[in-house]
Amino acid sequence: MIDTESIPLKTSTGRTLRSEEMVINMGPQHPSTHGVLRLELVVDGEIIVDVVPHIGYLHRCFEKHAEAMTNYQQVIPYCDRMDYIASMNMDWAYALACEKLLSIKIPERVEYIRVIMGELQRIASHLIAIGTYGLDVGAFTPFLFCFRDRERILDLFEITCGARLLYNYIWVGGVSHDLPSGFIDKAKAFCKYFRPTVKELNDLLSYNEIFIKRTANIGILPADVAIAYGCSGPMLRGSGVNFDLRRDDPYSIYDRFTWEVQIGKGLMGTVGDCWDRYMVRVWEMEQSLNIIEQALEQIPEGDVMSAIPKRIRPNPGEVYVRSESPRGEIGFYIISDGSASPYRVKARSPAFVNLSVCPEICKGYMIADIVAIIGSVDIVLGEVDR
Amino acid sequence: MSPKEIFDNLKQVFSAEGGSASGGGEAILDGKFEGVLDPYVKISPTKFKEIALYLRDDISLRFDFLMCLSGVDYTKGLLGAVYHLFSMEKHHKITIKVEVPVDKPEIPSMVDVWSSANWHEREAYDLFGINFIGHPDLRRILLPDDWDGYPLRKDFKVPEFYQGMKVPY
Repeated sequence: MIDTESIPLKTSTGRTLRSEEMVINMGPQHPSTHGVLRLELVVDGEIIVDVVPHIGYLHRCFEKHAEAMTNYQQVIPYCDRMDYIASMNMDWAYALACEKLLSIKIPERVEYIRVIMGELQRIASHLIAIGTYGLDVGAFTPFLFCFRDRERILDLFEITCGARLLYNYIWVGGVSHDLPSGFIDKAKAFCKYFRPTVKELNDLLSYNEIFIKRTANIGILPADVAIAYGCSGPMLRGSGVNFDLRRDDPYSIYDRFTWEVQIGKGLMGTVGDCWDRYMVRVWEMEQSLNIIEQALEQIPEGDVMSAIPKRIRPNPGEVYVRSESPRGEIGFYIISDGSASPYRVKARSPAFVNLSVCPEICKGYMIADIVAIIGSVDIVLGEVDR
Repeated sequence: MSPKEIFDNLKQVFSAEGGSASGGGEAILDGKFEGVLDPYVKISPTKFKEIALYLRDDISLRFDFLMCLSGVDYTKGLLGAVYHLFSMEKHHKITIKVEVPVDKPEIPSMVDVWSSANWHEREAYDLFGINFIGHPDLRRILLPDDWDGYPLRKDFKVPEFYQGMKVPY
């Protein structure tokens, strides 16, 4: 008979459990892991001692597929499917990298269309993040409100390119369709409609006593740890680091608009807690509205297809281009060997890097707080696993 | 600092003759600044750790943010890792390249220097089979633990079956 007492129990990282510790698997099928993420929790009673995230359940070989394509444009639908909550920003990031590789100049109108689409997508993505975050910590109504408003943005995308989730809209050198007639008015109407609903959301969720109790002073991420782990986007800004790629490493035409970078200030607890990360997203939606309104006023007329190259054969070379997606720094590292298909495409996805800090910030909290912390990171597993 | 100045700075500190790290061959192998889209410095894996610490901690460099770490198969018997660095304080960038032979793909791990290297190195190990010496937890990250081979190497052959499931579609 085997003496089970004498066999040391280990986690998958090789850590030997002490007798009072226990391993609990959270996921891969769990409503608050936002997809198929498995967390191996080492707990002492209710207290988290260690967290080992297991990812890869949704790995679809993006990088292998990209190498197998016969054309650079064919990679874009795969970019869509990486971050399916913010497809526009993914397509845009890939297009930016290819355009730098080809050194092509983009028409003014296309730049404006991309900014409008990218910022609308940012609002849509943040609405999902905020809504599901409320759901995670027990507030159901804001979730419905957020999805109601997101539908209006998806309607705008649908009249533009026919798709509501995976657009394949931003191409290398341009966009697939010009804005339909009436789009500008509809988008303006949306901005007018949406601004008051942010206040509604604040009354309902952000300053709700129970919500603050669940999120303030939980999962505190200090600024130096955030930088060392390569965190970006609302995760980094929530920790009080005033850094946004749209302002600090400008691309496209973001330098033409007036808006402000929002950072966590520790209003309800400590700088870098879950509430700060959440609130940065709420504030960013308002800033995105500012950008959209200015872009809608300034947008010039022009041809959106004129710069799309008929045949893409970049000179041998390599490029790393990054831009600000709703989750943070999305970068594409592309190596060209001079042929029609990329030699190597590496996607630096923000959620993958942001998730890697989780073991660091989960220790010492309760099991129920893990749900709040994971929710505040705003992961999309399609992008984590690629 | 411009990439050229960064390269000259490194060259001065880590050159084989004189400097603080003398002996054991050249540490800074190559650098390219003109005619390329992203300037890069190519360094030898043997002194990589010292150079990385210098890049992170030197007052005038302060490369505290590892943007991206990519494995690359250059074929012709060479694997490589490409490090894209950024300084949050100085707002400058540099690309560091390390190349190793495919039959002994060993690069020192940078987890102690930049914590974000942890998962990136696991990914490069998973897909390219690069061994990062000194990594605290070098396991496969995206693929199943019992997967055979390194799929992003150019000579990778897709297996017929995995656990009784047909692989090619």
